[in-house]
Amino acid sequence: MIFATNVSKRFGKLNALNNVSVNCVKSECIALIGPNGSGKTTLIKCILGMVVPDSGFITFNEKNISHDWTYRKHIGYMPQIGRYPDNMTIGQVLKMMIDIRKDNQQTQLDEELIQSFGLDGLMQKRMCTLSGGTRQKVSASLAFLFNPDVLILDEPTAGLDPVASEILKEKILKEKQKGKLILITSHILSELDDLVTQIIYMQDGHLLFHKKLEDLKQSTGEEKLSKAIANVMLKK
Amino acid sequence: MKKITKYVIADILRNKIVLAYTVFLWIISFTVFNLENNATKGLLSLLNIVLIIVPLVSIVFATIYVYNSSEFIELLVSQPLQRKKIWISLFAGLAGSLSLAYFVGAGIPILIYALSSTGLIMLLMGLFLSIIFVAIAMLAAVITRDKAKGIGISILLWLYFSLLFDGLVLFILFQFQDYPLEKPMLLLSGLNPIDLGRILILLKMDVSALMGYTGAIFKDFFGTGIGFSIALLVMLVWIFVPVWLSARRFCRKDL
Repeated sequence: MIFATNVSKRFGKLNALNNVSVNCVKSECIALIGPNGSGKTTLIKCILGMVVPDSGFITFNEKNISHDWTYRKHIGYMPQIGRYPDNMTIGQVLKMMIDIRKDNQQTQLDEELIQSFGLDGLMQKRMCTLSGGTRQKVSASLAFLFNPDVLILDEPTAGLDPVASEILKEKILKEKQKGKLILITSHILSELDDLVTQIIYMQDGHLLFHKKLEDLKQSTGEEKLSKAIANVMLKK
Repeated sequence: MKKITKYVIADILRNKIVLAYTVFLWIISFTVFNLENNATKGLLSLLNIVLIIVPLVSIVFATIYVYNSSEFIELLVSQPLQRKKIWISLFAGLAGSLSLAYFVGAGIPILIYALSSTGLIMLLMGLFLSIIFVAIAMLAAVITRDKAKGIGISILLWLYFSLLFDGLVLFILFQFQDYPLEKPMLLLSGLNPIDLGRILILLKMDVSALMGYTGAIFKDFFGTGIGFSIALLVMLVWIFVPVWLSARRFCRKDL
């Protein structure tokens, strides 16, 4: 589904991505793991076309994304820090996004998260008055709203309270069973244990490995993902 | 594309600064026209305001607006929208609302008090200048990520077009006063939209006699239908080139 081939990106002197190649196929739930500043978010932004790679290319459903922007209608993206126009209310933001994406065939809107997060009672609130957690809830609802085939979630549970992150995890599991491709970055490894099927580990812009979860557990001899990753990090 | 433009215009029209700008232009125009019984004298006073205030407000407001809507742009870029279209819509929204503000604030008084070819030219030039300086602002805003730097660049550009350029032209004139400079002056005037607007308005006012021999050349050139069309074409170039350059740059920008 998403193939990245030898993607490199520099920000000034910083080598954010160094010859990264990944293959992401359908009905997998892939965790992007790595220390801070290892290039996870840059890779995600490259896939979304928000950052233009210096070299290498990315294809989505066999189409190069640099020539074709329509592929983004198959993606739901939840950013790490959701930034929204300050003087719009939650309701206006949702309505605007629906209005902008409406002409796509996907008429079926998935408003489950809006309801379960209780956002329908906050529709009149302006974006600038929202707390970080509520902002995350809006981002999550927007990502799932259009029933996309691919979900890209950048630190989805950071800033969410335990109840909300549980709701979000349930939702992710549900979408995974529908056969969608899900990409998650997170630092809370214990959370990923029951979600993910594959692990991509990145460090300093390099992709160190891309393995199935079972393989990783077997090769390190650990039961828990957090221990397995700690094991890997110590070996390096 | 229309949808994004609609959201941008709705957002700007709610902005109090644009409202204040409209009211300010409205008050100035009515004062100027009521001070003098002669509408042409009123137009002459209004000329300086149009040539100084309109570009300044357009360029500064548009630059600040582009920086302030970075969240909005970021939100749109991750959606299935073409980057070029996002940028052009933003430009269309800004240019549309600032032209509307100018039309309501200064255009309507002109139409009421000075409905003549001079008045119409002034109306047209004001609209052109609003749009041109929004286009230049978009270019200034896309060049740098830093808001303070971006606003600085646009103020410098305004200063260049409204003051420094004239100084440079004068300098050239004095340095090369032994040579016939009338034809090159025609070319030079095309390098500054504000000057071009001023010349076109002054020529209609028949005060071009005050500009001496160069004025006669200007009259010879811009007074004809072809010259006037060329001047309008140059104005259009002043809109399209900055928008095209900034759109090209925006398409490659990392957000």
